[in-house]
Amino acid sequence: MDAESLLLSLELASGSGQGLSPDRRASLLTSLTLVKRDYRFDRVLFWGRILGLVADYYIAQGLSEDQLAPRKTLYRWRRRPEEMATQTSVVKGRFMGDPSHEYEHTEVQKVNEGEKVFEEEVVVQIKEETRLVSVIDQIDKAVAIVPRGALFKTPFGSINVNRTFEGLSLSEAKKLSSYFHFKEPVELKNKTLLEKADMDPSLDFMDSLEHDIPKGSWSIQMERGNALVVLRSLLWPGLTFYHTPRTKNYGYIYVGTGEKNIDLPFML
Amino acid sequence: MPSSFRNFFLLTHFMEDSTTLKQEKENQELVEAGQPWEEMVTASSQDPESGLSEPPEVEQGPEAGPQTRSSPPGIPQSGASTPVDDLTGPGASTPPSPPQEPSTSLSPLALARQDFMAPWQSNKTTSVISEAGTPPSDHLEQPSDKGESTSHQTCQSEGNTFQLSQQTKCHLYGPRDVSYNNSKEKELRFAISQEKDSNSNYDLDQPESGASEMAPNMLEIAIQNAKAYLLKASSKSGLNLYDHLSEMLTKVLDTRPENPVDIIENISQDVKMAHFSKKLDTLQNENEMLPTYEIAEKQKALFLQGNLEGADQELEDEITEHALPNVMESAFYFEQAGVGLGTDETYRIFLALKQLTDTHPIQKCRFWGKILGLEMNYIVAEVEFREGEDEEEVEEEDVPEERDNGDSEADEADEDELPRSFYKAPQAIPKEESRTGANKYVYFVCNEPGRPWVKLPAVTPAQIVIARKIKKFFTGRLDTPIVSYPPFPGNESNYLRAQIARISAGTHVSPLGFYHFGEEEGEEEEEIEGGRDSFEENPDFEGIQVTDLVESLSNWVHHVQHILPQGRCNWFNPIQKSEEEEEEEEEEDEEKEDEKGEEPDYAEQEVGPPLLTPISEDLEIQNTPPWTTRLSSNLIPQYAIAVLRSNLWPGAYAFSNGKKFENFYIGWGHKYSPDSYTPPVPPPAYHEYPSGPEITEMDDPSVEEEQAFRAAQEATVNPTEENEETEEDEDEEDDYD
Repeated sequence: MDAESLLLSLELASGSGQGLSPDRRASLLTSLTLVKRDYRFDRVLFWGRILGLVADYYIAQGLSEDQLAPRKTLYRWRRRPEEMATQTSVVKGRFMGDPSHEYEHTEVQKVNEGEKVFEEEVVVQIKEETRLVSVIDQIDKAVAIVPRGALFKTPFGSINVNRTFEGLSLSEAKKLSSYFHFKEPVELKNKTLLEKADMDPSLDFMDSLEHDIPKGSWSIQMERGNALVVLRSLLWPGLTFYHTPRTKNYGYIYVGTGEKNIDLPFML
Repeated sequence: MPSSFRNFFLLTHFMEDSTTLKQEKENQELVEAGQPWEEMVTASSQDPESGLSEPPEVEQGPEAGPQTRSSPPGIPQSGASTPVDDLTGPGASTPPSPPQEPSTSLSPLALARQDFMAPWQSNKTTSVISEAGTPPSDHLEQPSDKGESTSHQTCQSEGNTFQLSQQTKCHLYGPRDVSYNNSKEKELRFAISQEKDSNSNYDLDQPESGASEMAPNMLEIAIQNAKAYLLKASSKSGLNLYDHLSEMLTKVLDTRPENPVDIIENISQDVKMAHFSKKLDTLQNENEMLPTYEIAEKQKALFLQGNLEGADQELEDEITEHALPNVMESAFYFEQAGVGLGTDETYRIFLALKQLTDTHPIQKCRFWGKILGLEMNYIVAEVEFREGEDEEEVEEEDVPEERDNGDSEADEADEDELPRSFYKAPQAIPKEESRTGANKYVYFVCNEPGRPWVKLPAVTPAQIVIARKIKKFFTGRLDTPIVSYPPFPGNESNYLRAQIARISAGTHVSPLGFYHFGEEEGEEEEEIEGGRDSFEENPDFEGIQVTDLVESLSNWVHHVQHILPQGRCNWFNPIQKSEEEEEEEEEEDEEKEDEKGEEPDYAEQEVGPPLLTPISEDLEIQNTPPWTTRLSSNLIPQYAIAVLRSNLWPGAYAFSNGKKFENFYIGWGHKYSPDSYTPPVPPPAYHEYPSGPEITEMDDPSVEEEQAFRAAQEATVNPTEENEETEEDEDEEDDYD
């Protein structure tokens, strides 16, 4: 959610129950403004909160002019390292809350020594920081969403915020196809010609939520009568996206343990 | 768009050509020409409507071109005797529309040419009149006239085309006038109306203008054509580009966004869309807004509820005050912890709870929490009815046991013919009585505050046992069937109730000493079996320091009974049967038990941690402590509260400020497990029939075996006839082989 509209956004996203305490809110407001100035971001988003056992991580993301450019993620306002470790997926369990905490994971690796191939147990140490980074990245790639029309693509290829975006209409807001993943598209090429004909190249340049697997991994609800539409991800429980139809307000926030819900197919 | 731009560029090209023409002629003019310009320019700059003279984006210039050109045409060329003023001839026929046209030219932020126009328009009419007032070509005035005329040459030509091609379109300018309700525009219009008056004077003068030349005529025709093209209506939508552009620019000028050039395409789209939505407004909006109005109506009822109760209110006041919890106060504390539903939502829930307590005879009521679902959510209230006012529930018959007995008897009769099935369903464990154990409280749910509250049925041990084995999302509709393995006995309302029971048992905690056991006399038997199950508030509770609560988990205790693996809080021995039944079926039972060998002779009593156990005794989940404690605020510790967060049931919270405490749950309603869920495997198939020699299959004997058998038989029984018979039989068997 945008740092500028933090208070309103928190109120709108409060339906999921997890929010911020008043002192956190106050400190966030000031620190996000400072971050924006120091790092010269165009927009600062408060990404969310990952609950750890000992302490929580508060994550913010800074966006430059081009919305889909790689974002800089900060936790506790320290810049995260660039590298992304994919092997962190093997680490299970909760986050500790201490970024220097190291997880030990024993892997069985095949080691070639001369002509012999034998298996050796290697203890791989993964820092919590890297795990945090990869989890945030996974969550972003999987479930960060924006409504259709909020961003548009110029003929030069850069992606900008659409200032004339006036919100989705009520009927559009209830459909999954009106929301896009906030990342480089993957599925666009697989669309049929008929579908492509209906797409507007300046608005439909990202994957929509319709074809997410497994089907039904989004819960879409209207709250407060029809005044607010809330999407919750079931794959990463804790991610809440809210939008007030017919207005410019929208945003998403993740408050959760940072673990994927692998049991989703059983639960539907 | 590109083609239109092209046309505009053509027009501008024309314009520029004409400007070069003008400029040349201007250069030919005396220096004095410069002065009136300067006057006009300065006049414009002083003008409050400086918006006109703002350097506009060049892109919009061409678009604005035609409109700007529309402005001047009305103003006639007075004393236009120079050859430059070729176009004044056509300009002589000044129609009424031009006076309105100037207003349109005010809106577009246009070319540098506008600088010419603007001062021209915003000029005090006096200057115009003064210039017009001297129709005879005054040398001094000529430059000014020329200045005007040069600047408006093209404009006039445009104006001509406007007049010629679109006489009927002048009314269009009217609406544009209306849209320009800025005070600025009004002033300008006023100025223009004054000019109008002066225009009429010009009419007399125009015929005096000179003849037109051929070249400007071509220009003028080209411009006419261009404009005619712009005004051509689209076959698809009925719009024409001219109107669309004017509307677009109107919108831009009204809203004045930043960097409009970057978003001009979107504005264009929006303007187009605005055309089409007008007709369908009444139809579409009705459907969409109805649910909003419905909910608003219902919630309005909530707000009005308090006034409807009549005389009874005073009597019930005493009780209801106790019953209704102070939800807002708890919400305030939870907000300090970062948990909560938002003030607005919480207040509505508060009102809904009040409605609940008003309509039902409730002793105690608590806002338990919110469970999220796929389509709708559940708001759960924990309620304790007043003594003796329980709503009676339909008694369920314990059918399974009796049915089994009946079946087994029937099978016995057929024993000779059919093998008897030895399967006996495990005895259904009866559910606990209300007000005890897992059914201590009654739960009401509703989907949204304002909707009616629905009472959840009591939970049975079987439901709890199976709820432990499955993991399903709630949909939000209470009658949804739960499709799972093992099959859940019930629908979503039962599953919800079972999960609520598990969550309460696992996460409802209170500070040590807040509750204590009641009288301790003569309850030893119960202690052995199931532990005490009743507690009371401790009136002598003095509170615990918040820091103590945070540091040590032993300062918190569970005040809800633990649910045994059996599914109940109080152990029920399934082997215990009534004495009559025992006598009758004793033998049968023993037989069955011996044959099956699965049922133990007696069921081991399941024991769980007793009530009021400190939570430090809770088991860890794979190195994760079961609870996380936090102080709500590190900055102001004096007033901070202790917050407890369950790691076993994510979403369960408890807070305490030393004296007060409260539990709350908000989440999906599932337990946490670091490993992924694996559905249980189906049990092995039962033996249908007892294995015995009659029905056991055996391999047919091989040839060697038979020969050996035969040889053995021959050796033993040789001379008897039976041997021969057996030999024959064996021969026959050999044949069959």
